[in-house]
Amino acid sequence: MNKQAALLLVSHVEGIAEGLKELLIQVATDVTIITAGGLDDGSVGTSFDRISAAITDCESNTIWCFYDLGSAKMNLEIAAETTDKEVMILDAAFVEGAYTAASLLQAEVKLDEIMQQLSPLMVKN
Amino acid sequence: MATIEQWLEALLHFCEEIPQHKDQLNQLDSAIGDGDHGSNMTRGVQAVKDKLDTSSYSELTDLFKDIGMTLVSKVGGASGPLYGSAFISMAKTATESSDPTALMAAGLEGIKKRGRAEPGEKTMIDVWQPLVDKLHAGQLTQEAVSEAFQNTKEMKASKGRASYLGDRSIGHLDPGAQSSAYLFDCLMKAGVLNE
Ligand SMILES: Nc1ncnc2c1ncn2[C@@H]1O[C@H](COP(=O)(O)OP(=O)(O)O)[C@@H](O)[C@H]1O
Ligand SMILES: [Mg+2]
Repeated sequence: MNKQAALLLVSHVEGIAEGLKELLIQVATDVTIITAGGLDDGSVGTSFDRISAAITDCESNTIWCFYDLGSAKMNLEIAAETTDKEVMILDAAFVEGAYTAASLLQAEVKLDEIMQQLSPLMVKN
Repeated sequence: MATIEQWLEALLHFCEEIPQHKDQLNQLDSAIGDGDHGSNMTRGVQAVKDKLDTSSYSELTDLFKDIGMTLVSKVGGASGPLYGSAFISMAKTATESSDPTALMAAGLEGIKKRGRAEPGEKTMIDVWQPLVDKLHAGQLTQEAVSEAFQNTKEMKASKGRASYLGDRSIGHLDPGAQSSAYLFDCLMKAGVLNE
C-alpha cells in the first residue's frame, strides 16, 4: 500500500463516489481510497457524520479529499477541524483531480509534486 | 438582556415553525436549487427539538453548541454546515458575552467563514447581514426582516447551488434567506431581539 496519503471521495450521491472509486482503482491498486457518498438513508446529500467516520476509520493519517459540490466542501471543512489527522481538501475537478492524484500516488510521486500537477485542475473557488 | 428561557422559547418555536413551512421552503428551492431546503431544515430542527426536549441548559454556550452540532449532523444540505457554523460560532462568543447583538453577529461571521459568501450573492447572508446591521443600530423591525428577505429576489446568485443558474436565478426568492427570516421572527417574538 502507498503510505503517503489516502484519498477520500465525497459526493452527494453514493453511486458517484463509489463509481469514481471504481475508476481510480484501475490505475491505483495500491492506494487507499475511501468514500463518503450520500446520506445515511441512501438519499442525496452530504453527511458530516459519514465523512467524519470515514476519516476516523481510515488507516492513513494523511488524507487527501476530493468533492463534487460546495456543500460537500463545507462538511469536509468541519470534519477536518474536528480531527487530529492531516486532512487536505482539494478544490480540483472531482473526476480529473482524483484520477490524477490516484495515478501519481500509485507511481509513488511525492506529495508536493502531485500538488503541482493538480494546480491546473483547481476549478472550484 | 434576554434570558436562556427566552432563547429556548424562540428556538423551540423555530423548530415548530420550519416544519409548518416545509413545502414552501421546498418550493422556493425548486425554483433555483434542488427542492430540498424545507425537507433538510425539517430533518434538522426535528433532531434539535428531540435534543432540547431531553436536555436542560444553564449556559447559553451549551445550548448553542448542541444545536450547532445537531444541525451539522442532521440537515444534509449546505444549510446544515452553514446554520451549524452559525450556532457553533455563537457558542464560542457566548462564553464571553450574552448580548444578543454580539451573538447574532457571531452567527453571521460563522456563516461567512464557512460559505465564503458576501452580501449580495443571494444567500441567507442577505438576511443575516442587514439584520445584524439593524441590531447594531438598535433598529430591528418586523418590516426590516421581510424587506431583507424580499431583496434577495432581484439578486443574481453567485454562491451555492443557485449560482449554477447564473442570470436565471434572478426573480426568485432565496430559500435560505426565508428560513433565516423565520429564525429572526422567532427571536423577535420571544423578545430575544427587540423590535
Ligand atoms: N456559500 C454559501 N453561503 C451562504 N449561504 C449559502 C451558501 N450556499 C448555499 N447557501 C444557502 O443555503 C440555501 C440552500 O440550502 P439547502 O437547499 O438546504 O442546501 P443544498 O443547496 O445543499 O441543497 C440557499 O438558499 C442559501 O441561502
Ligand atoms: Mg437544496
